[in-house]
Amino acid sequence: LEHIHRVSPKKAALGTLYLTATHVIFVENSPDTRKETWILHSQISTIEKQATTATGCPLLIRCKNFQIIQLIIPQERDCHDVYISLIRLARPVKYEELYCFSFNPMLDKEEREQGWVLIDLSEEYKRMGLPNHYWQLSDVNRDYRVCDSYPTELYVPRSATAHIIVGSSKFRSRRRFPVLSYYYKDNHASICRSSQPLSGFSARCLEDEQMLQAIRKANPGSDFVYVVDTRPKLNAMANRAAGKGYENEDNYSNIKFQFIGIENIHVMRNSLQKMLEVCELKSPSMSDFLWGLENSGWLRHIKAIMDAGIFIAKAVSEEGVSVLVHCSDGWDRTAQVCSVASLLLDPHYRTLKGFMVLIEKDWISFGHKFNHRYGNLDGDPKEISPVIDQFIECVWQLMEQFPCAFEFNERFLIHIQHHIYSCQFGNFLCNSQKERRELKIQERTYSLWAHLWKNRADYLNPLFRADHSQTQGTLHLPTAPCNFMYKFWSGMYNRFEKGMQPRQSVTDYLMAVKEETQQLEEELEALEERLEKIQKVQLNCTKVKSKQSEPSKHSGFSTSDNSIANTPQDYSGNMKSFPSRSPSQGDEDSALILTQDNLKSSDPDLSANSDQESGVEDLSCRSPSGGEHAPSEDSGKDRDSDEAVFLTA
Amino acid sequence: MEFAELIKTPRVDNVVLHRPFYPAVEGTLCLTGHHLILSSRQDNTEELWLLHSNIDAIDKRFVGSLGTIIIKCKDFRIIQLDIPGMEECLNIASSIEALSTLDSITLMYPFFYRPMFEVIEDGWHSFLPEQEFELYSSATSEWRLSYVNTEFAVCPSYPPIVTVPKSIDDEALRKVATFRHGGRFPVLSYYHKKNGMVIMRSGQPLTGTNGRRCKEDEKLINATLRAGKRGYIIDTRSLNVAQQARAKGGGFEQEAHYPQWRRIHKSIERYHTLQESLIKLVEACNDQTHNMDRWLSKLEASNWLTHIKEILTAACLAAQCIDREGASILIHGTEGTDSTLQVTSLAQIILEPRSRTIRGFEALIEREWLQAGHPFQQRCAQSAYCNTKQKWEAPVFLLFLDCVWQILRQFPCSFEFNENFLIMLFEHAYASQFGTFLGNNESERCKLKLQQKTMSLWSWVNQPGELSKFTNPLFEANNLVIWPSVAPQSLPLWEGIFLRWNRSSKYLDEAYEEMVNIIEYNKELQAKVNILRRQLAELETEDGMQESP
Repeated sequence: LEHIHRVSPKKAALGTLYLTATHVIFVENSPDTRKETWILHSQISTIEKQATTATGCPLLIRCKNFQIIQLIIPQERDCHDVYISLIRLARPVKYEELYCFSFNPMLDKEEREQGWVLIDLSEEYKRMGLPNHYWQLSDVNRDYRVCDSYPTELYVPRSATAHIIVGSSKFRSRRRFPVLSYYYKDNHASICRSSQPLSGFSARCLEDEQMLQAIRKANPGSDFVYVVDTRPKLNAMANRAAGKGYENEDNYSNIKFQFIGIENIHVMRNSLQKMLEVCELKSPSMSDFLWGLENSGWLRHIKAIMDAGIFIAKAVSEEGVSVLVHCSDGWDRTAQVCSVASLLLDPHYRTLKGFMVLIEKDWISFGHKFNHRYGNLDGDPKEISPVIDQFIECVWQLMEQFPCAFEFNERFLIHIQHHIYSCQFGNFLCNSQKERRELKIQERTYSLWAHLWKNRADYLNPLFRADHSQTQGTLHLPTAPCNFMYKFWSGMYNRFEKGMQPRQSVTDYLMAVKEETQQLEEELEALEERLEKIQKVQLNCTKVKSKQSEPSKHSGFSTSDNSIANTPQDYSGNMKSFPSRSPSQGDEDSALILTQDNLKSSDPDLSANSDQESGVEDLSCRSPSGGEHAPSEDSGKDRDSDEAVFLTA
Repeated sequence: MEFAELIKTPRVDNVVLHRPFYPAVEGTLCLTGHHLILSSRQDNTEELWLLHSNIDAIDKRFVGSLGTIIIKCKDFRIIQLDIPGMEECLNIASSIEALSTLDSITLMYPFFYRPMFEVIEDGWHSFLPEQEFELYSSATSEWRLSYVNTEFAVCPSYPPIVTVPKSIDDEALRKVATFRHGGRFPVLSYYHKKNGMVIMRSGQPLTGTNGRRCKEDEKLINATLRAGKRGYIIDTRSLNVAQQARAKGGGFEQEAHYPQWRRIHKSIERYHTLQESLIKLVEACNDQTHNMDRWLSKLEASNWLTHIKEILTAACLAAQCIDREGASILIHGTEGTDSTLQVTSLAQIILEPRSRTIRGFEALIEREWLQAGHPFQQRCAQSAYCNTKQKWEAPVFLLFLDCVWQILRQFPCSFEFNENFLIMLFEHAYASQFGTFLGNNESERCKLKLQQKTMSLWSWVNQPGELSKFTNPLFEANNLVIWPSVAPQSLPLWEGIFLRWNRSSKYLDEAYEEMVNIIEYNKELQAKVNILRRQLAELETEDGMQESP
C-alpha cells in the first residue's frame, strides 16, 4: 500500500495504490468521488519503468484489453518494489494462481453446474442435423487416444473407419485429422478442419486420401471437395522442407486445392503492436494516424480472414461443395476461417447463445491454445498472438455492414474479448479440452457463458428481429472488392478513451425505448381490462368504486439528462502559436491515463462509468420512466482539470 | 428558344443505361433544355431524370458503331449510356456538354422550374434578418441593425442589413469598410445568451506592409468587449500566410493597436488545395482494386480528413473561447467568405441548440452562408470530376456539411435532422431546381430577382411531407454545449456521401427503417395508453359523481 500520483494528459489524480492478490487498485484521494480503478493482474500486458522525473518515478502499464495507465510514484524505491511485484503478479506460473480459482460470484454448486451446461455442443451437433445418414459421432478419440488437442466428441463421415482415421491422423501435424466443423443441412455440404498433411516433397498416405474421399462422399451433391490452405503459398512450401506441407492434387482424387494467404501468428502479433502504437500516439495528426494504420497492415489481415470466410461460405451455400480447411496446426487461422464462414452461413451463430456455441465449438473444443496465445501463464512471448481478437473484429466489421443481422451488440464482443484475457472465468483456460478436464475446471471455476446469459439484456441489439429478412439465411457480402468496408474499430482499441467514442449511444437509446414499449404494452393491456370491467359494472348499474388509477408516468425519454455534459477536449493541440498555454501543460503531454471505474465486479465495461469526461454518453442510459430533466445548464460547473488547459493567461 | 440550337439530337432509341447496383435498363433517351431523361416504357423500371447542371464531366468512347458516354455527376455518381450510332452519340455528347455548361445564370433550370406543390410558406421570407435579430435583442441592447449597406455600396458581398455594435454609427462603418478586405467590416455572427459573449466575423484588415491602422476599426471591435475583458481574434490562416498577405495589401491585427485582443492563428486550407483534395478523395473511393493498403494511403493522400480535423478544431477552439473562457472573438481569414464561415457556423452548431434543429440549421445556412456572401456560384461550379483547373472552385460548403455530419455522428440524439438532410443540401448547392444557392451573394441574387423568378429551396423542404424524410427519429432536445472529439480515431470518412454510389446501402437503410419503426411503435402505444387513461379517469369521476349525490 503506497501513496502515489497518477497522472494523465487531462486529469492528474492523487491517490493511493493497492496491490492485492488479484488486482491493482487505485483509489483517488478526492473525497467526493473516491474514484477507484481496478485492474486485473491477468490483464497486464507490459509494465515499463520510465526515467525518473522531478515529480517521481513513472510506471507505464499497458493492458491486454487496451487500457493504458501511468502511475507516478514519488519514491523510486517504492516504484521499483511495485514494478517487481507486478512483474511477478502479472506472470503467474501455475493455473491455480489465476483469478478464476479465487473468483466467487456467490453462486451455489448447483448454479455453477447449470452454468457449465448452458452451452452444450452435443445439442449443437443435433441442431445441425447430426448424426445422420452421412455423418456419425466417432469415439476414436476417447481418452484423447488419437489426438490430445482434439475433443473426445468428433463427427466424421460414416464411411471413415477407425483404421482410416488413425491412418490419416498419423499423416497430419499433431495428429489433427480431418473432422467436421459445420454441416450445412440444406445441401449436405460441410466445412471440415484439420492440420497440414505431412507430405514433404513426395510422401502420401492412402488413409488420408481415403479420408478426403469419405468427406466428398458424405456430400452426394458434389463430385469434388475444396481443400483450402489458409497460409500464404510460400509459407506452405517452406513447410515441405520440414516434412510437412500441403495436399498434392495428383494424389487426391477429386479435390480442388486453394491457397488463401493469411499471415502467421508472428506477423499478426507485430501488426497489432504497430496498430496499438498508433492508438497510443499523443495528439496524432490525421496523416500520422492513417499512415500508421496502413503501415500496421491490420485491416489488410482482417480482410484476408474475411475473404477466406466468404470464399468458404460461398462454396458451401452456393456451389454446394464441401470444404476442408487447414493451416499449419489447424488451430489458429483454421479456427478463424471456419468460424467466420459458419457465422456467414448460419443465422443461429448470430444470436447470443449461438455465438457462444460457435466460440465453444471452433475455438475452445478444437484446441485453440488460449493459454499460449493470450499469455495467461508466463510463457514464450512468441506464442502470443491476437488470433481470436481478429475473429471478434471480423464479427464487428460484419455487424457494421449488417446492423440488423446480429442479436448481440458491440458491448457483447468487447466483454468477451475482455474475459478471454481476464482469467476470471474458467472457459478459456489451458490449451485443450484434455488439459481443462485434468484441471477439473468445471468443478473449480465458473462459466462466462452463464454470466453473460444472465446479463443478456445488456448485450442485445435493439435492431435485431428474429423475423427480419436480414436475420435469415446466409449473409451475402458484395462481390465487388470494397476495401473501404473494413474500418478501424475505435470502440475496441481506444475503448478506454471515452472522449473519442460517440457521446450518445444509439443502441442504449433504442434499448430504453424498447423497454418502455414493453411496459406500455403491459399497461395497455391492464388498462383495457380495467376499462372493460368498469364498463360492465356501469352497465349493471352497480356502484363499485374502482381503484385510483396508478400514477404511472411516462414522460418521454431524456437521452440527455442535462446535469452532465461532456467537456471540451484539447483543441489547441501542440500548437506553438497558441498564445496562452499554461506552463503546466508541459507535463500533461507526458502521460496518458485512462480510467475505468466499475471493474470491481466482473464487468469490464464501463458503460455505467460516471466519468465526467464521458459526457452526454452516460445520459443515454435513460431510465424509461425518467423525466427528470435537470435544469439545462451545460457542464460549465464541473470545471474539472480535464478541461484543456486553455487560455489561462 | 435557344436550347433547341444546342440539342442536335433530341431523342435516341435503344439506349442502355448502366448504374451501380441496378440492372442495366434499355430505353429511349430524351434531351430537354435542362434534363437528360431515359424512359424504358416497361412499367416498373425506373427512369433517369438528370439535371444537366448536375453533370460535372463526360467521357465518350466507341467500339465500332456503338458509342458509350460516361457521365460523371457533381454528386459523385457515375452513369454510363450505351448509344447505338456514332453520330447520335456524338450529338448527344456535345449537347450535354453545352447544356451542362451554360454561361448565363438566367438560363439555369430554377428560372424555368414550376413547382408541382402548393407553397405553404415562401422560403424566401422564412429567415429575415429582422426576425433573427429579435431572437437575441431581448437579451441585449448592445447591438443594432444597420442599413448602411442597403444599396450594397459599402460591401458588395454583405446583405443589406447587418448587426453591429450599437455605439458605432454608420459613418464609422463606412470607414471601417475601407480598412477591411472586400469592405467586410466586422459584424455580429453569433450572440451567446448564456454569458453575452459574441462571435464577429470580417475580412482581413488592410494593414499592408507599412502597418496601416484604422481607429474606427479598433473602436468597433473594442466596443464589443466588456470593461476589463479581453477578446480573441482567430485568424484562419497560419501566421506565415497572414504575414505574406501584407505584401498584397492585406494583413492582420497588430498587438500594439489591438492591445485588448489576442490573436490565434489556425491553418485552414483554401481553394485549389481543397478542390484537389476532393478530386483525390473521390478518385480513391472509385478505385476498385483489391488492395487494402492502397485504399488507406489514398485516403490519407487526399488530405480530406486532415481538412476536416483542422476546421473542426478551429471551430471547437472558437466555441471554447466563448463558452469556457468567457471571451468574445473575431474570426477572419483573407476574404472572410470561406474558412471564416466554416468556423463561425460550426461554432454555433457546438454552442447553440437551436442550430441543431431543422429550422435553426436552415436559418444558420441562410445567415452564415447565403447572406454572409459565400460565393456558391463560384465554389460549386464544378465538383470532383472537373478537369479544367479553374481558380474559384472549392468544396468549402461540403467540408462544412461533412464537419456537421461528424458532430452528428458523435451526438446522434442531439440533432433534429438526419444525414439525408445534409446530403440533400449538398446536392442542391451543386445542382438544383431551386434558386436558393444561385449567385455569389445577396447583391447578385437581388439583381437576378431570384425571389420573384425562382422558388426557394426552403419552400419545398419545409413541407411536412418532405420534412419527415429529413427528421432524425432519435432527436431529443439537448440544451447543452456539445464538445466533439477531434482525434483522428473519431473522424471517419463520411460514407453516406463519398461511398454512396460505390456500395449498396440496402442493409443500412433497413436498419434505419427498423429504428424508425421501434420509435414509431413506442409513440403509438404511448398515444393509446394516454387515451385509455383519460377514458378511465372520466369513467371513474363519473362513477364518483353517481355515488355522491
